[in-house]
Amino acid sequence: MSNMPKVTYIEYNDTAHEVEVPLGLSVMRGAIDNNVPGIDADCGGECACATCHVYIEPEWQDKIGVPEPGSQEASMLSFAAVTQPNSRLSCQLQMREDLDGLVVRMPEGQH
Amino acid sequence: MNAPVDFDPVKDAFAKPLDQIDVSDPQLYRDDIWYPYFARLRRDDPVHFCESSFMGPFWSVTKYRDIMQVELNHAAFSSSSTFGGITLRDRPAELELPMFIAMDPPKHDEQRKVVQPIVAPANLLRLQETIRERVGIILDGLPRNETFDWVDRVSIELTTSMLATLFDFPFEDRRKLTFWSDCATMDIRAGGYIDSEEKREEVFRECLGYFVKLWNERVNSPGADLVSMLAHGEATKNMTPREYLGNLILLIVGGNDTTRNSISGGVLFMSQNPREFQKLRDDPKLIDSAVPEIIRYQTPIAYMRRTAIADVEIGGKTIRKGEKVAMWYVSGNRDEEAIDRPNEFIIDRARPRQHLSFGFGIHRCVGNRLAELQLKLLWEEILRRFPAIEVVGPARRLYSSFVHGITHLPVRIPA
Repeated sequence: MSNMPKVTYIEYNDTAHEVEVPLGLSVMRGAIDNNVPGIDADCGGECACATCHVYIEPEWQDKIGVPEPGSQEASMLSFAAVTQPNSRLSCQLQMREDLDGLVVRMPEGQH
Repeated sequence: MNAPVDFDPVKDAFAKPLDQIDVSDPQLYRDDIWYPYFARLRRDDPVHFCESSFMGPFWSVTKYRDIMQVELNHAAFSSSSTFGGITLRDRPAELELPMFIAMDPPKHDEQRKVVQPIVAPANLLRLQETIRERVGIILDGLPRNETFDWVDRVSIELTTSMLATLFDFPFEDRRKLTFWSDCATMDIRAGGYIDSEEKREEVFRECLGYFVKLWNERVNSPGADLVSMLAHGEATKNMTPREYLGNLILLIVGGNDTTRNSISGGVLFMSQNPREFQKLRDDPKLIDSAVPEIIRYQTPIAYMRRTAIADVEIGGKTIRKGEKVAMWYVSGNRDEEAIDRPNEFIIDRARPRQHLSFGFGIHRCVGNRLAELQLKLLWEEILRRFPAIEVVGPARRLYSSFVHGITHLPVRIPA
């Protein structure tokens, strides 16, 4: 029996991928390690490229929150295309127990 | 080539005292012998201080991880033109050229956002058919069974046409963009047209004059082009003429010199690695990973400079406030600790976009996806037409340590 938390990634074309992501690992890493398409992560998780952009599903918005104003994430997101108020860089979201079941959507493209 | 015939760059690079290594010497790039000098630095002195060079004293950061650290720490490593900007050579204060790549936040962010919509996904989609059609015309016009210069006929023609479209620049004058671009980055020691800063300023005046006319037209009747965006953007509409010039030069060089050299490099690498080219022909879908691999392997901008505005430690060395730092992308892209078999050209790498050619952090290349799109469409159309492009003579290379360029590439396409 696995008690690893799960994340559901939904592609732009609505294809959903449910993946187990170990605690402490980033939501970006969970996608990359499981070959979930739609997240590029060119910089490998340094918050330096904004190509792991996801939209947080509304019911998770409160738990996830928004990037800290003035942070590197806020800055990189401001240069990303097609951002929304629920945009985050998934390399900055570490898996926690209370995020088990998290649902994120991917934008049309990571650029 | 000035080097004597029996000169062995590998021996030289590994025998030389470290303090005599100057990787900013443009000759290393013109003669294509830069590699062993960086291999030596990565092994023996990855954060290296060069006391005396034509560019003055400077630090070299040569490892992938250290470069990423400098990129991310824009609070300590400034890009600002007030400190000398993004190239190692310090220009006299009165010739300072402000442009958003050579600014720090918040002004950098505000100006960058003005031009960013030109490369938004929807706009790239809109440009795609224009580019494909143009690529087709260029390729169909090439001679068969005859030696010609790929750089002039394809690399320059395609990138300059693209840039003319983005600026909505009079198409028949498009080679002016190529000329201004080349003049902007030309090393005054290269033996080319620009042999002094005065001459460069003269060319800049001509460029600005031309573009001021376009600005004035588009203040009243804006289009979807870069000049209109600058003329109407909140953060750019009140720029000084010097700042307008700076941003133009940035966009011109950014759109010209870089993709041009990846287009030329790609043809050269495929000819040097026939098995990779065969792989690509057998499975054209590999273009998606071949394109970033070409960009990594060429690394069209060899470095970017920063200036320390505080004392900072990188890789165990302390860089002092005021000192210049070069992040050598050309070296980080060959760092075996970050990239598997980095000296091999492999078109189907698992993570082909993990390379430094576009930089990282807030200054990451704004046109990266447009660059990739141009290369992708070009290779799709090449595969559709030509079973082979033979490189029939040595590539000639640019005398520059900043723009890592190929100036001539003689090729022949069999009938």
